[in-house]
Amino acid sequence: MTRRRTALALALGTTLGLAIAGANPSAAADPVRIGDINSYTRMAAFTEPYRMGMELALAEINEAGGAGGRMLELVSRDDAGEPGEAVKIAEEMITRDRVALLSGGFFSNVGLALASLAEQRGVLYLAGEPLADSLVWEDGNRHTFRLRPSTWMQAAMLAREAAASGARRWATIAPNYAYGKDAVAAFKAVLSELQPEVEFVAEQWPALFKIDAGAEVQALAAARPDAIYNVTFGTDMAKFAREGEDRGLFEDRLVLGLLGGEPEYIEPLGEDAPIDWLVTGYPWSKIDTAAHAAFRDAYIEKFDDHPRAGSLVGYNVIKAIGALLEKTGGDTATDGMIEAMEDLTFETPVGPVTFRAIDHQSTMGAYVGYTALEEGRPTMRDWYYADGADYLPDDEAVRARRPAE
Amino acid sequence: MGLFVVQFLTGLSGAASLFLVASGLTLIFGVTRIVNFAHGSFYMLGAYLALSLIEALPVPRGTWGGAPFWAAMAAAALGVGLIGVLVETIVLKPIYKAPELFQLLATFGVILVVQDAALWTWGAEDRLGPRAPGLRGSIEVMGQRMPVYDLLLIAVCPVVLAGLLLLFRTTRWGILVRAATADRQMVAALGVDQRWLFTSVFFLGSCLAGLGGALQLPKGGADLAMDFGIVADMFVVTVIGGMGSIVGAFLAALLIGELRAFGVLFFPESTLILTFLIMAVVLVLRPQGLLGRAEPADAPGHDAEPVRPADRTWRIAVSVLLAALLALPMIADPFVLVLAIDVLVMALFAASLHAIMGPGGMVSFGHAAFFGGGAYAAALAVVHLGAPMTAALPAGVVGAALLAAVIGFFCVRLRGVYFAMLTLAFAQIAWSIVFQWTEVTGGDDGLLGIWPAAWAADRTRYYYLTLALVTAGIAFLRFAVFTPFGRGLRAGRDSPVRAEAIGIDVARRQWAAFVLAGAVAGLAGGLYVFAKGSVFPDEMAIPRSFDGLMMVLLGGVNTLSGPWVGAGVFTSLQDWLSRMPFWRLTLGCSIIALVILFPQGIAGFVRQRAHRHRDRGS
Amino acid sequence: MSLLEVAGLRKAFGGVVAVDDLSFALDAGRMLAMIGPNGAGKSTCFAMLGGQLRPDRGSVRLDGRAVTGWPARRIWRAGVGRTFQVTRTFGSMSVFDNVQTVVLSHRRRLRSLLRSARGLYREEVEALLETVGIADQQARVCAVLAYGDLKRVELAMALAARPRLLLMDEPTAGMAPAERGALMRLIEGICRERALGVLFTEHDMDIVFEHADEIMVLARGRAIAHGTPAEVRADPQVQAVYLGEA
Repeated sequence: MTRRRTALALALGTTLGLAIAGANPSAAADPVRIGDINSYTRMAAFTEPYRMGMELALAEINEAGGAGGRMLELVSRDDAGEPGEAVKIAEEMITRDRVALLSGGFFSNVGLALASLAEQRGVLYLAGEPLADSLVWEDGNRHTFRLRPSTWMQAAMLAREAAASGARRWATIAPNYAYGKDAVAAFKAVLSELQPEVEFVAEQWPALFKIDAGAEVQALAAARPDAIYNVTFGTDMAKFAREGEDRGLFEDRLVLGLLGGEPEYIEPLGEDAPIDWLVTGYPWSKIDTAAHAAFRDAYIEKFDDHPRAGSLVGYNVIKAIGALLEKTGGDTATDGMIEAMEDLTFETPVGPVTFRAIDHQSTMGAYVGYTALEEGRPTMRDWYYADGADYLPDDEAVRARRPAE
Repeated sequence: MGLFVVQFLTGLSGAASLFLVASGLTLIFGVTRIVNFAHGSFYMLGAYLALSLIEALPVPRGTWGGAPFWAAMAAAALGVGLIGVLVETIVLKPIYKAPELFQLLATFGVILVVQDAALWTWGAEDRLGPRAPGLRGSIEVMGQRMPVYDLLLIAVCPVVLAGLLLLFRTTRWGILVRAATADRQMVAALGVDQRWLFTSVFFLGSCLAGLGGALQLPKGGADLAMDFGIVADMFVVTVIGGMGSIVGAFLAALLIGELRAFGVLFFPESTLILTFLIMAVVLVLRPQGLLGRAEPADAPGHDAEPVRPADRTWRIAVSVLLAALLALPMIADPFVLVLAIDVLVMALFAASLHAIMGPGGMVSFGHAAFFGGGAYAAALAVVHLGAPMTAALPAGVVGAALLAAVIGFFCVRLRGVYFAMLTLAFAQIAWSIVFQWTEVTGGDDGLLGIWPAAWAADRTRYYYLTLALVTAGIAFLRFAVFTPFGRGLRAGRDSPVRAEAIGIDVARRQWAAFVLAGAVAGLAGGLYVFAKGSVFPDEMAIPRSFDGLMMVLLGGVNTLSGPWVGAGVFTSLQDWLSRMPFWRLTLGCSIIALVILFPQGIAGFVRQRAHRHRDRGS
Repeated sequence: MSLLEVAGLRKAFGGVVAVDDLSFALDAGRMLAMIGPNGAGKSTCFAMLGGQLRPDRGSVRLDGRAVTGWPARRIWRAGVGRTFQVTRTFGSMSVFDNVQTVVLSHRRRLRSLLRSARGLYREEVEALLETVGIADQQARVCAVLAYGDLKRVELAMALAARPRLLLMDEPTAGMAPAERGALMRLIEGICRERALGVLFTEHDMDIVFEHADEIMVLARGRAIAHGTPAEVRADPQVQAVYLGEA
């Protein structure tokens, strides 16, 4: 009889497991639950600062008595960098954790998958980090908002500076996937509009995190460009910077690095960090406005570590949700939240930020400047804050790219 | 001209790490016949260990200032060798007697464990490698600059190759390794202690991987994605060279290194697809790789066991399970349905992989091509043709079947591990196409907004639809095993020579099975898209294929119930564990534990116990 | 016209010539034994006749039709059944299923996905098992059978497609002496009754001389003698090369 018993046990075990899993639906509690989904294992170096930023903002809001009269509660899960996994987790958060809204996402594809799910399930989704332009334009939908300045916005920031440089022959190098393609396309579009006579003499498309840096550098040098627009990041950027240095690629050339000034990107390079690159980024140690200094001090005190770009995004995401709930008076009905979110303006360490009604993109900006080494630490010099509102296409162009509701 | 010379040299230096890693892998495979997926983890550990040692060792003044750097490199290689021994002794030794390829599963577990152990030890931030003392800067070669360190790397390949060849030709140990690579039985017959030989080979192979990781530090650094980053490359090199051939690995590493260097020059966008295209071409033209030995014609992939029709007990158990699944929407909360849909879809995917692995004896490393292929075919039908779900699902099945027909046409001529590798190559090519053909597939931004038709949009309804189709699919595959078609397929697996001698066209039969399995995987993919609402290239990438392998092996490749039992256990385990910090460590350990406890898989274990019991007469 | 006509057959592996310029014929209803020391080329010759190997040169005709270089499955369809020196059966299947698979293939029923194979052609299969004396083991899995029993299964498989020519590479290896005699008598009976041509190799000279109508002696890939048992026994060259050693 053992066989029958084992077999029955297996069948019953499975059922029971599922039944137990289903037996503890959380009752809708008083605090507002925020469902945060992020790639905490795959991209830990980027997402941990984000998580810490969220925690700081959460603590601040709750210590001040909550938002709209309600405390905030964070439900946080790892999506392992897989869109399918993220969708599953979102379903669980919606049905079982009864979250009021979803937030997070690091990779663009995760963000897009969550946006699609949010629309289908009628839940608000505030994308934090995903950069894809299509998230609010071609694939934009009523339920999705995005905080971070998009690929287009950051590329436009660099293009405007680059146009002033007078460089004519441009080469580009970008990872061979959607972000890289978008970043190059946006840069070309904005730069060509400002400086119609520029020409693009070489394009390199290394596979993401698999760059053959020596070969790529050699190929770029062969095209003899005046300037190089570089979208690589992470280990790719480290290898590219080192090979370029060794092979003299950067000598007498203007080099641009999209996001290259973000601490996540440049600090691991230490003394090897390329200098005098024109970048978008976040010179955390040098922004001394009252709002930012307060944020920075609180962050360092809480975590004994300095903030990164992700920290700022995570912090602002929660602050945005806080402001949203203040506006709705703590009401979490999705339609009401969407209405409140449109044109919502809230204070952040980098200044006031607004969620545009036209495309649900926030006007959060980035810092533009040149990379530098100070006391052996990479940072930025001659930087300024580029407000996102100034780098978005005009309304007509946006309407053309976003499906009508 | 100078450009080409320097590009050529750059290609040579790029080959160094590839060769070191691949030579270790091919050595281990040659002797132990284990396809060690964790080899990339050894590569990563080599980089991290060397980095830590370089930081820890004091730097003396004067001419010996560079000594700690090189000492750290050597020590890291040895250290990784010891880790390899540890892994071999603890994880693999207990399961050498398990069916061939089962060890794969254990090495998956090792990957997961190492990922979290490295995260815990070294932190999440990418680490930049220090430059090599005395070898900074560059020299001028025909008007172009060439980093000095590249010249060292160029020298490493031939030196290590020469060292290995010397070792194999002049020492008794080396001769044993060569003998074992040629014929395992012979070594056993010579009275050599195989266990000791295996352990020592693991040591050397891991050392080489560790050295490869350490030596690339001055060109890059250490990061947590290095392990998966190199997995595909190291297999490409090993397979092109011929599994088990060190010289082959050397040639293949040079070939790939040069192709990449010049690919960048002439086809900058080809970087994703080029290496796999070359691998596919080589395998199609020369199935055993450049210098590999052909697999013997009559070598079944694993020790096949008889298939048995379900007995009464099993039928009762399955009925109870089905009844429970039917009642699920009544007793469970909505998320359990979401999870159950995931489990069911994966069960169907695993069952389709099992159909070719078990009765067909064809172990595929690229089955996700058909899961993803079906998913994309269905999604494309919706996005570009506006097809309703009822048309898109069949489109997924047909699309996956067509893809399987093309891929299978080339693959079924190969056997064993070469078959597995060719499927991997084709799956990667399919993935690259989907990834890069942005206008049609949306690239890695995927296809969005593919939701079920209104009549099935309700979660419970979609669950029932999935349950019905998955049950039908699994039942069909199970039934097929007992039909004359399945009989012929099993015949071809048990003895291709005998099967041909009784009129069976084995390759054609396997092709048919491959297409059938692809079609069913396509159905799973289609169901998956409508459950998730979107599809991305990840669904046809290597990790998805590995998921399928894990489920089939975990459940037991020799049992017909294995795939869905494995899918249930694996998917639930993953869902449950992923809520915890360091969940990959726990999942990896669980997999290793399951592998050691149930070397025939879970369903295999249940069956074996039941039969032992019955044979005792109770 | 003979059932089997072989002319100028040759096969070399690298520089080693395994079979060289081999010619012979075999008529229906007759037993031809191929003998010779190990490495004489017997198994290579069988592999060429059975389609497992492609000859380098020469021709093989079956009932006058050239089948040279055909793949094994086609040669089998043309009426050639064979057993192997090292038995090749379907190890994961029962004895019954092994034989039934051949019957299904012979009847071109092996492609069906529509019904279970269970019970198909039961009587025919059981009759075959009865013939070779292994019906009592029909439910056992081949992987666990004794070697002699596997040889019987192979014989049943070879007979299942009603061949006109039977190629048997050491049909009685691994059997007890009494069993051998019985099996060879059985084969001879079938050969006469169904008018099959039987080509076999055998190490046991008693069996060869008792059952073969003709004997061909191979040495280093060449036929050095071919004739009736009495002629071969008297051949001085054969005695020197082969029988002398025995």
